Amino acid sequence: MRWINRRPGRPLLFVLAALPFVLTLLAYVVGSDIRRTANPNDKLLPALEKVIDRAQALATEPDRRSGEILLWQDTAASLQRLAIGVACAAAIGVVFGLLIGLFPLARSALASYVAVLSLIPPLALLPVLFLVFGLGETAKIVLITVGITPFLIRDLGQRVLEIPLEQLVKAQTLGASSWQIMTRVALPQLAPRLIQAVRLSLGPAWLFLIASEAIAAQAGLGYRIFLVRRYLAMDIIIPYVLWITVLAFLIDWSLRLTSRRAFRWAHVEGESL
Amino acid sequence: MSAVTVRDVFKTYGDAPVLERVNLEVADGDFCAIVGASGCGKSTFLRMLLAQELPSRGRIHIGDARPAREPGPDRGVVFQRYSVFPHLSVRDNLILPVSFRDSPILGRLFGSALRKAEAEANATLERVGLAHVADAWPSQLSGGMQQRLAIAQALVRRPRVLLLDEPFGALDPGTRLSMHDFLLDLWRDSGMTIFMVSHDLSEAFKLGTRVVVFDKPRWDPQDPSRYGATITHDFRLGDKKGETSNDPTHESDRETAAAAIRDADAARPGGNPAAPPS
Repeated sequence: MRWINRRPGRPLLFVLAALPFVLTLLAYVVGSDIRRTANPNDKLLPALEKVIDRAQALATEPDRRSGEILLWQDTAASLQRLAIGVACAAAIGVVFGLLIGLFPLARSALASYVAVLSLIPPLALLPVLFLVFGLGETAKIVLITVGITPFLIRDLGQRVLEIPLEQLVKAQTLGASSWQIMTRVALPQLAPRLIQAVRLSLGPAWLFLIASEAIAAQAGLGYRIFLVRRYLAMDIIIPYVLWITVLAFLIDWSLRLTSRRAFRWAHVEGESL
Repeated sequence: MSAVTVRDVFKTYGDAPVLERVNLEVADGDFCAIVGASGCGKSTFLRMLLAQELPSRGRIHIGDARPAREPGPDRGVVFQRYSVFPHLSVRDNLILPVSFRDSPILGRLFGSALRKAEAEANATLERVGLAHVADAWPSQLSGGMQQRLAIAQALVRRPRVLLLDEPFGALDPGTRLSMHDFLLDLWRDSGMTIFMVSHDLSEAFKLGTRVVVFDKPRWDPQDPSRYGATITHDFRLGDKKGETSNDPTHESDRETAAAAIRDADAARPGGNPAAPPS
């Protein structure tokens, strides 16, 4: 039988899916072991038990100085910035996506402008944002928004353009005004695509969040990682990175679930990612 | 009186003429089938009737209104695909036109207005045989059911003319036959004027009270896009529709139309032969 026709059965599927994770863990344990044999105080690859102990402490024990549990404090600070930044970007993206996708006049005025804006590397603007908005929350939120908005506008504009012309003509023959076509035909069909676009832009959003927290913050997941980097505290960095990964996964998963629940019509045909 | 008047209409895309000097008067209540070889401009003509595109020269009137500059509720349309809204349930697809009319800002109905529109939608669904799928999404329906919904939706605002662009082109033959009966019933009940573009001659002659053939009267073999098409044949079949689908008196008309389309396709370099009349 050809290899392209071989499919795993259920048990094998499970094993294959778990394999890369197990191998990574194994590589870490072995590497850590080798390094600690050479130097028992090695900080770069601390023992797995030590990492787990530290993770448990981070999540349960209050900080001696502030009295807060650091992991939750950092998580709350970061998620708040991420949520506000992404929500602003989504709102702007929907409005301008609808304008660009539906109205030829707006498209002529804005499409190439947005295309040019999207070429500016957002991180290059970070110093400007700190200068303009100060070191507080605003600059961090604005960086996230600035970073992902051009992508959202272009993607959502494209999705609106992809609505079949037949539908728009049909709506007109049913007596719809431009406003009604926008709110009752285009917007509802854009909603599931918005969720899809937000899921795609969450990766860059995390990048911008952590970059801005690394430069100036009092709390936040990225802030903590860059703070303890000075002490080579891999036993803190590793749980934090894993925690960020888990958070990113949970957000993505809940968005996907929301889309399936709220927009069942968009998921009737075929499977999507 | 005439429902639709087409006067000296020309349509060119850039330098290429598509339609030349098209003249047509269609009476109220006519069922006008439009046939022709592929690329003869019959769909362009329908889009101009719809006011989705405007003629380069000439005028198209619906009733005695001024020529429209964009599609409006005086003309209903059903395309081959994408004619219903996928994000609305079958029933909501029928409520939407009422919402457009009665709720300019929100585009939504509430309270007694909503209940009234729902009742009307339910009655329509009952009539077109879709009551059992009122709460389904359009994508869950078969192709024939989707087109029935699209036609029912197009009629909610009671347009003066109904424009159909190969509405049954994507359906299998059995479904197509039942859609013919469905459409004829609706047409007889409403007395509305219908235009239907079709590439199927037998369908056109079965349904139409009138069949117009689009073709290029002049043909330059060196430069096939030099001349546009126009109406070359216009068959008036009377208004007996539906009872006798194979009336022998129209047999010769059908042959003439078929020959015209065959010739046009044969003259086209690399053209495909037209589907023979079955």
